[in-house]
Amino acid sequence: MKPPAFEYLAATSLAQAAAALADGGAKVIAGGQSLVPMLNFRLLAPSLLVDITRIPGLDFIAEDGGGGLRIGALTRHHTLETSDLVRQRFPVLNAAMPHVAHLAIRNRGTIGGSLCHGDPAAELPGLMLLLNAQLKTTRRTIAAAAFFENALSTVLADDEILTEIQLPPLPPRTGWGFEEFARRSGDFALAAVGATVSLSGVEVAEARIVVIGAHDTPLRLSAAEALLTSRSSIDMAAAAARDGVSPNGDLHGSADYRRHLVGVLTRRALNAAWQRADAL
Amino acid sequence: MIRVTVNGVAYEREVEPRLLLADFLRHDLGLTGTHVGCEQGVCGACTVILNGDSARSCLCFAVQADGGEIETVEGLGDVDNLNPLQQAFQEHHALQCGFCTPGMLMTGVDLLRKYPLATDAQIREGLSGNLCRCTGYEHVVQAIRSVVRARNGS
Repeated sequence: MKPPAFEYLAATSLAQAAAALADGGAKVIAGGQSLVPMLNFRLLAPSLLVDITRIPGLDFIAEDGGGGLRIGALTRHHTLETSDLVRQRFPVLNAAMPHVAHLAIRNRGTIGGSLCHGDPAAELPGLMLLLNAQLKTTRRTIAAAAFFENALSTVLADDEILTEIQLPPLPPRTGWGFEEFARRSGDFALAAVGATVSLSGVEVAEARIVVIGAHDTPLRLSAAEALLTSRSSIDMAAAAARDGVSPNGDLHGSADYRRHLVGVLTRRALNAAWQRADAL
Repeated sequence: MIRVTVNGVAYEREVEPRLLLADFLRHDLGLTGTHVGCEQGVCGACTVILNGDSARSCLCFAVQADGGEIETVEGLGDVDNLNPLQQAFQEHHALQCGFCTPGMLMTGVDLLRKYPLATDAQIREGLSGNLCRCTGYEHVVQAIRSVVRARNGS
């Protein structure tokens, strides 16, 4: 299992990287924690790898007005996992990070890499949907909801590079829940659910539910979200989530099993989110 | 041409871009202590410390490590002069065939440097990316625990 031959460019600017990528057979490499296994398996044979990790200014976590964050695309998973800013402003992201593979992988992998890889069973793409992230590239800003096209495929053009992730502030009194089930620690999720509940008085101002690992892309379940009007409607929303997904079955779990998991995890995530919102 | 420092020794080598860091260490530098198991980032046998953080050397190209500082199991100690974690592995029978041991040790070193490791759960979580197919994990956890204890003077 050795990768096929390719040329390598350690780019020092985004312009240089984009120019090199314009030749269709090239691919970006950042942390390489998803790309290198695919190369080792020879699932990909790019003519050129453009290493963007030496481009300055893409590795940062910065406050954005009124409770949001801006995160550079080259920020490593372990940095996200241990960032006080992330923990304070988006605790759901902090809570989900330990589920991302293992320590040594998190030391190398980057948020931008995970998003551009677009694995539907990975945590970060789903979390971006949950947090209504805006993804800034060298050309435009794309809503996370419009970014993931299919399994391992995004709307990015060949020579377009993700540079920054913008997380808008969450509404006041927002609680969160993140529930994942995997066969072994660090494995991809059989299913995972992230949820937020925002309360206004005793009313639900907003509820968000995202399902990971149950579709070609991470999925926001707006029908289930709309059903969540009171604490007693959590079971109904969870049932709608279960009925709203059509996961594929494989040797790790049948489609029915995964659908059942989505229902259970949604109920748990919503309960946790509600409890946290209620305490605020 | 890449320049790296491995266990404090500077090297300069011409490498093909597709050469994995694990193969660079083993074949180009002769440092065969780093083991290659799955070559897909799952087993952890090839774990080294790259610029201060544990990393899979099978998921990194040597060219990506250019300018970097690498620590491998050879840098920890030798047979006559084991480092405290190696000593603890011996005392707690934390290895049998030894194939996974270099990766376990380098992960353990990273964990011991960075975390208080107050609970066994933290040690287990840290080791969850390293597979062992013979002894199991209990004794590895005990070995790391004993180094934590010695460090805390308890």
